[in-house]
Amino acid sequence: MMDGSKFDDGSVDALSGEQKIRNFNINFGPQHPAAHGVLRLVLELDGEIVERCDPHVGLLHRGTEKLMESRTYLQNLPYLDRLDYVAPMNQEHAWCLAIEKLTGTEVPRRAQLIRVLFCEIGRVLNHLMNITTQAMDVGALTPPLWGFEEREKLMVFYERACGARLHANYFRPGGVHQDLPDKLVDDIEEWAIEFPEVIQDIDDLLTENRIFKQRNVDIGVVTEKDVLDYGMSGVMARSVGMAWDLRRAQPYECYNEFEFQIPVGKNGDCYDRYLMRMEEMRQSVSIMRQAIVKLREATGDVLSRGKLTPPKRGDMKTSMESLIHHFKLYTEGFHVPAGEVYAAVEAPKGEFGVYMVADGTNKPYRAKLRAPGYLHLQAMDHIATGHQLADVAAIIGTMDIVFGEIDR
Amino acid sequence: MSEDLKELGAYIELKRPDCVIGWDVAFDELTIDVAPANIAPFVSFLKTDATCRFSTLVDVTAVDYPERAKRFDVVYHFLSMFQNQRVRLRVSVREDEMVPSIVPVHPSANWFEREVFDMFGIIFSDHPDLRRLLTDYGFRGHPLRKDFPTTGYTEVRYDEVQKRVVYEPVQLTQDYRQFDFMSPWEGANYILPGDEKTGVDK
Repeated sequence: MMDGSKFDDGSVDALSGEQKIRNFNINFGPQHPAAHGVLRLVLELDGEIVERCDPHVGLLHRGTEKLMESRTYLQNLPYLDRLDYVAPMNQEHAWCLAIEKLTGTEVPRRAQLIRVLFCEIGRVLNHLMNITTQAMDVGALTPPLWGFEEREKLMVFYERACGARLHANYFRPGGVHQDLPDKLVDDIEEWAIEFPEVIQDIDDLLTENRIFKQRNVDIGVVTEKDVLDYGMSGVMARSVGMAWDLRRAQPYECYNEFEFQIPVGKNGDCYDRYLMRMEEMRQSVSIMRQAIVKLREATGDVLSRGKLTPPKRGDMKTSMESLIHHFKLYTEGFHVPAGEVYAAVEAPKGEFGVYMVADGTNKPYRAKLRAPGYLHLQAMDHIATGHQLADVAAIIGTMDIVFGEIDR
Repeated sequence: MSEDLKELGAYIELKRPDCVIGWDVAFDELTIDVAPANIAPFVSFLKTDATCRFSTLVDVTAVDYPERAKRFDVVYHFLSMFQNQRVRLRVSVREDEMVPSIVPVHPSANWFEREVFDMFGIIFSDHPDLRRLLTDYGFRGHPLRKDFPTTGYTEVRYDEVQKRVVYEPVQLTQDYRQFDFMSPWEGANYILPGDEKTGVDK
């Protein structure tokens, strides 16, 4: 017969009667280029449709929180760089804010402006990475090549400020480690003037790109209920139209002095989040330029000199007390009064928080790092269910997953 | 800011006197102590009450105090995007006590509770899927307890003969260095070598 159920010779090809169709389980990762690190997703597939998604995380677990309990507050600072290694200084910021809150330290104005400047550099670093690798996940190779060129320039700024391209260790409780040279400020400004053109180039490549749109529009849609239920923050939360940004809602440092817009999405899909990240980069550049103008006026110290911070180099050569202070600071470390505190910053990925329990000694009794990506990945099962297997890569991309901060 | 929080604390205590054991405002943050049995209804009250609307769960974690009878503090952080407020709930539990899960109210608590179970061994009753999260498959012990050594108990290496990764007890070529920088004049609660003789003479 024509449907292949019976052939001329009487043999039968198709199975008759009730057939048992079994869902197919696959491992996505742990080593997969679109997993943005070491993520193992156990996917249950019905054909190409994802029925269930069980993320297995912890492959990059380094026990940061445990290690922190046996190190001084200052020694713990570099661990924060290694969480979200795409935008390291934003994490350090939360740690410093927590300590400053507990000790009641006032950060000098110049240091605040430098912090704002470098936090926004971190945001651009993160979004450049995210947008371009998202494009790579859905099949474009050029954007990462263009984006990483700019990232490299920004990392040179990192290097010129603190000596390290990635793991900066630049923000210190009470300010920043060292003052910026004027030439560096000028160069950052020059970069900030030129950078919008690069955004425009990436925009030309992706925004109206047919394939990019096919892969992102209406994929990974979240609703306001999802945002609240799954505790999403940052771009994920704003993509449904909630204008929630900690820089605006609960301002820290001197963010309330800056003029910037908070882009929000309408549809809550991957494409909206891409557009928002593009706009956030433009806003970040604008904040950077404002910060540079303010920075030129705000001359002064970059550390609030006191128990938390080292004495000036010159003082150490002449004053015995300064020398002792310096020695004790870098061996014993400063003591933080007992108490518990939660400090959060608007990291590029969302709300990054540090919950710190201090017991009056030189080491934190307990430090909990609250990573935004952790909650986003948790919602993976909810978001990915019903999507095609190929969309999983796009969803991971848009969630902005970095395993340093999720696994800790 | 602090006044608002005090007002909020008083309001919550007034509304749910059965749940609130105590509250205080420190460092511009409101902390409420809650009994373990009441946590789930109290969280759902915080979520729905019009003055609170703590609809976002920010964090769930625990703190270990081995010397206390109620060894663990389970700490919840909530955020209200509508009222722009944060609140912290603290639940003290004994080692053998279970904490009711808040996953039905906040689905985002799922992984947080799994992590707390993994790291501290606190069991959350009625949790839909209480597996280990961050540690290795087949891991034993709860690393963030204070009595768990930072080095752990096992280490892994690839064995050329067996052609697989093998687990072995930790062997450090050098002791784990834990320097004591505390000044002997303040804070240190040990007797310096030799000082124990001072009492003997008298």
